[in-house]
Amino acid sequence: MSEDQTKKQKDGDTVSAAAGCAAARPAVSAASDTAGSEEALRRQTGRIHSVQSLGTVDGPGVRFVAFAQGCPLRCLYCHNPDTWELSGGEETTAGELFDRAVRCREYFGKRGGVTFSGGEPLLQPEFIRAWFALCKGAGLHTALDTSGCISGEGTERVLDVTDLVILDYKFTDAEAYRRNTRCEKEKVDAFLQRLQEREKAVWIRQVIVGGLTDGEENVRKLFALRERFSCIEKIELLPFRKLCLEKYRRMGIPFPLEHTPETSEECIRNLQKFAQNE
Amino acid sequence: MEAKQWEGFLGTKWKESVDVRDFIQSNYAPYEGDAAFLAGATARTKACMDKLSALQKAEREKGGVLDVDTETVSGLCAYAPGYLDRENELIVGLQTDAPLKRGVNPFGGMRMARSACKAYGYELSPEIEKLFTYRTTHNDGVFSAYSDEMKAARHCALLTGLPDAYGRGRIIGDYRRVALYGADELIARKKADKREVGTRMMSEENIRLSEELTAQIGALEELKTMAAGYGYDISQPAANAREAIQWTYFAYLAANKDQNGAAMSLGRTSTFFDIYIERDMKAGILTEEGAQELMDDFVMKLRMARHLRTPEYNELFGGDPMWITESVGGVGDDGRPLVTKNSFRVLNTLYTLGPAPEPNLTVLWSENLPEPFKAFCAKVSIDTDSIQYENDDIMRPVYGDDYAIACCVSAMKVGKQMQFFGARTNLAKLLLLAINGGVDNTTGTRLGPQMEPMSGDTLDYDEVMRRLHLYMTWVCNLYVNTMNVIHFMHDKYAYEKIQMALHDTDVERLMAFGVAGLSVIADSLSAIKYAKVRPVRDENGIIVDFVTEGDFPKYGNDDDRVDLIAKGILHEVIGNLRKTPAYRGAKHTLSALTITSNVMYGKKTGSTPDGRKKGEPFAPGANPMHNREHSGAVASLNSVAKLSYGDARDGISNTFSITPNALGKTKEERVDNLVSILGGYFRHKAHHLNVNVMNREQLMKAYEHPEDYPNLTIRVSGYAVNFYKLSREQQREVILRTFHDAM
Repeated sequence: MSEDQTKKQKDGDTVSAAAGCAAARPAVSAASDTAGSEEALRRQTGRIHSVQSLGTVDGPGVRFVAFAQGCPLRCLYCHNPDTWELSGGEETTAGELFDRAVRCREYFGKRGGVTFSGGEPLLQPEFIRAWFALCKGAGLHTALDTSGCISGEGTERVLDVTDLVILDYKFTDAEAYRRNTRCEKEKVDAFLQRLQEREKAVWIRQVIVGGLTDGEENVRKLFALRERFSCIEKIELLPFRKLCLEKYRRMGIPFPLEHTPETSEECIRNLQKFAQNE
Repeated sequence: MEAKQWEGFLGTKWKESVDVRDFIQSNYAPYEGDAAFLAGATARTKACMDKLSALQKAEREKGGVLDVDTETVSGLCAYAPGYLDRENELIVGLQTDAPLKRGVNPFGGMRMARSACKAYGYELSPEIEKLFTYRTTHNDGVFSAYSDEMKAARHCALLTGLPDAYGRGRIIGDYRRVALYGADELIARKKADKREVGTRMMSEENIRLSEELTAQIGALEELKTMAAGYGYDISQPAANAREAIQWTYFAYLAANKDQNGAAMSLGRTSTFFDIYIERDMKAGILTEEGAQELMDDFVMKLRMARHLRTPEYNELFGGDPMWITESVGGVGDDGRPLVTKNSFRVLNTLYTLGPAPEPNLTVLWSENLPEPFKAFCAKVSIDTDSIQYENDDIMRPVYGDDYAIACCVSAMKVGKQMQFFGARTNLAKLLLLAINGGVDNTTGTRLGPQMEPMSGDTLDYDEVMRRLHLYMTWVCNLYVNTMNVIHFMHDKYAYEKIQMALHDTDVERLMAFGVAGLSVIADSLSAIKYAKVRPVRDENGIIVDFVTEGDFPKYGNDDDRVDLIAKGILHEVIGNLRKTPAYRGAKHTLSALTITSNVMYGKKTGSTPDGRKKGEPFAPGANPMHNREHSGAVASLNSVAKLSYGDARDGISNTFSITPNALGKTKEERVDNLVSILGGYFRHKAHHLNVNVMNREQLMKAYEHPEDYPNLTIRVSGYAVNFYKLSREQQREVILRTFHDAM
């Protein structure tokens, strides 16, 4: 416990140090992100798994969603094992990806925009930042879908050009978090704290898995986050699905939750109702 | 002219000459509000609908045809009046003397009439057989004039679905004219036209027109007699909403008794009716509930329209369609939306009467439609899968603001333009023919310019294109000539007298050509250009298959490298078609629309360089090939949107299937997102979109247990069908299609 706290303190320090930098930087950054260096932004390379030109579930409205390649987490219920290895996917430039997104802008309506999901986008902060900066330059709304496990200078620079953070808050219990994702929950809490300080719009999401996250205690704790973090606009509970089974089979990796049943819509509705009444 | 029935109506131009558009513009009340005012189905409506549902069930159980009158040749006054529920129905009139009983119409072709009867266990009466030994049918005429080459192209399915054995359809009479002016005024004006034609030089064209006018006048007289049989005098204008709908319906019904055209479209009636409904409401003689009842009853009648078809016909145009297309919405030249409360009411019939494929409700989408109307359309789509969308913002500049859609995607000015329908040519087969130097590799038929099949280990793109241009030029010339024969004979032996009586005498003609296999040829050319395509030859040296190595850009991913190939092909086809003059001075138009014939076309076409195997279905219309889209639905829509409407004025059909989850999480989000998608697609100047919101699993269940899903309606290329009415092959093809799903 005390060890955890120390760690949290330490990470917190790192983060605030980074924040200090960020605070000092904006004017310079804004200038370099737009006029002078558009070409430099366009040239920035990164690896993506794929794109979905009609995204309606990762942020508001109709969105162009890019899925980053590479993820440091190994969540038990991971839906996209083919995004794990950073060396996989295809290499592209922020400019090319921007051109593809812009061709879809007429479909975004009043609320839509672009989303970077993954994988874990924050593994490639310069690439994401470049893409978001280009998109924002064109007036598009940007959303970052992340686990919140990576902090530091790069993350701060991404947040400079991010309108909405979709934070996948995987477990409310620190031990469960570590066991099921191979990452530390404190990092996520520190990230959320940073979002609060920077007054970023945040949507919290959690996958509801039978026996793991479908308990009322977990949901209570999740919704209680709103009391501490006014930046949270919305909390979404997502049903656990097994459409990924075939992917695991093809990749020759065992799917740890192969025998866990999918979560019903009804279960989600009940938990949502429970949370609202709390 | 003045009439007491016009009391309270504004405007003058429409009184001086036949001008329904001017009447609408002078009198309609745009509605910018939402759907909250709508009424539900009354007990009367429900009882009538129950009767109809029971008859439809009996029809299903009898294998698709409830009854056939084999003793009578269909005509306006050939049958005694028929009713669904004489005491309770508000709008009357059936094609024969009993509901869902089909008539026989042999004018298009005797063989078709005979074999259609036989297919459902009936025998055409010997009397009719004998009668028609003294009469030339459209089919007889066409085959006596077809050249050997035309027959060969037809035989090997290079040109298919040609309207040479039944009514050509796709002609929309301005049925509203009967309601607005009454039959007598229309007769008087046609008589005046005929007198004027009599003063012209008696050229072939004017002699024909003069004869046609006599037929038109006779048909209008018959229309009066038909209506009188139901107790209505339609010689005068309609005096109220119920009469306006009834008079219009009689005119439409007459067309269906006279013609068994493939598509018997209705036009653009709902805003026209709204003017009468508003007047009645102001006068206190009609309530909202009453107005909905009138529309419900009208639509119920439309849902009862039937033609007798052969199984071969159903293989082409699956699901027993009538294409009773009603165009709803759009915007006027003056910028006012043409949406009225009655635009909502006609869509509301999908709730009051339940989802159904007919009438083929087609929303003319404009950026400037009122937002509540857009949202209501999206909601109806999500709930019923029963409507399609076409881009008013690109059609209005060409066709004005009183056009309507015939069949699926064919626009024409109501009462001012008519169309010669022309089926389609198979582009994938044309490519194979070019590669093989004029041998069709499925039938062995030799046609077109003759040369050696392409040689070498891999196909050379430039050489393929050189050959393709040559064969394209050849087939386009043959195609126009074939159509000229067909339409000359249809005018001569199966003239649409009542429908043409409801057109201006000096009508503008369009000749509508079509292509099938657009995505197959685009992907094939892309494979030849960007990958390595090795031909596989049979023992005679004919290329019968291909081995394609490496990846290549595929149409449907918003990738210009291949999308522009597809676009270029349409441009080349229409350019070549225009080189050969069309019959009666018609203007050439082109569509990328296959209806359900993409299955049959695929069946008759060998393997193609894109990796599609022999016999496998094409994608419908302008759709990308199944499951070749890797970037999601918007990228796919963008690919289709690149095809130019200027090249394909007869329409570019795209069918879009998406799962509810992929459209959003809540009902409100789904409506909102669908409106965004439609808005985006049409802002890209795309032409048409069919929208299905459903799961593949649902279709799989319906495929396994069709009896459990009698009302499952889905949109296929340009129209809607009951899923259970499709052939097994057509059902499988629908299931195979790309369903845009959430990731």
